[in-house]
Amino acid sequence: MESRILGYVDGRLKANERAELEKHLADCAPCRLRVQEFSAVSGLLDELPLIEPSPEFDTRVHALVAAEPAPKASWWAGLNVSPRIAFAASFLLLMALWIGYRSGPVDKPLPANDDQAMLQDLPVLEDHDVLQNFEPLKSLPAPVADEASDTQQQEQM
Amino acid sequence: MVRTDVQLMLDVKAGDGNSFELLLRRYRTPLVNFLYRMVRNREQAEDLAQEVFLRVYRAREDYVPSAKFTTWLFRIATNLALNSVRDNRHQKLEVSIDAPVTVDAEDGDERPLDVPEKHPNIEQHLVEDARRKMIRHAIDKLPEKQRAAVLLHKYEELDYAEIAKILNCSESALKSLLFRAYEALRVELAPLVAQPSGTKS
Repeated sequence: MESRILGYVDGRLKANERAELEKHLADCAPCRLRVQEFSAVSGLLDELPLIEPSPEFDTRVHALVAAEPAPKASWWAGLNVSPRIAFAASFLLLMALWIGYRSGPVDKPLPANDDQAMLQDLPVLEDHDVLQNFEPLKSLPAPVADEASDTQQQEQM
Repeated sequence: MVRTDVQLMLDVKAGDGNSFELLLRRYRTPLVNFLYRMVRNREQAEDLAQEVFLRVYRAREDYVPSAKFTTWLFRIATNLALNSVRDNRHQKLEVSIDAPVTVDAEDGDERPLDVPEKHPNIEQHLVEDARRKMIRHAIDKLPEKQRAAVLLHKYEELDYAEIAKILNCSESALKSLLFRAYEALRVELAPLVAQPSGTKS
């Protein structure tokens, strides 16, 4: 009941709570006294007058607010793009990326039989390198087809 | 048509400076009075009230009307006031709260301008002045959370649910807090409480 006394004094109780408390007050002298005293305290608090803010108050608030930085705008806010156009542009970009992924140049692995063919050719290539750089061959006479130069050499010998 | 606080705040969020001006005019006096009664220094109270408005302005873009505007506003104010009271207490440890009530510079703030006309009898004026000092002193002696609860309940007329949110407690805890506060005021103001009405002066 105690917690309801202040609500009763300032008229904040619901109708049923008020009726219940009044029924209790009829039989309880200490609670009746408390209601009387709290009403007196509430009346005393009403005696304090209000103060008015100083004339400079608003000016100071205005100055504080004016010194605040402007709200941060997102980088695309200045473009003023409508949501439909933004959606369409995003869709096209995604489509382009998808198509690019599907059809772009790809390093495909060589077929297995191509590998084997290359391995079979390797000895030929190696022979070709050896023969091309084989020193004893360089000391041999020129090919037979050039007979004129051969006879000149023999004459010199 | 009068726009509600929430409508005004949503307009501030949308960039309407006039709506902020309306909120400032609507709440500057209640805020300054609440803070003045919390910190007992007019200049400090005004500084804190300006800080409250600045914080409201800063938070405009993130504002979501999930609670009453006054709950949000006075929650900011109460937190600032409680921090300020605690800071002041550390700075003024040498001043006893039991010191007799004396004339201080702040008392002049609440004096109505038409005192001579309203109180041709200077003796009556002095008696009323002494009553006010006693009442202010009784409020000052309350622990800060009880004081905030009384001020929000009595002068700002916020409902229990709002005050409970502001003070971050349950409604039942708030009712208990208020009961203890009124008990303390009753004891402190016993000489005035005992006076039958009509014998104030």
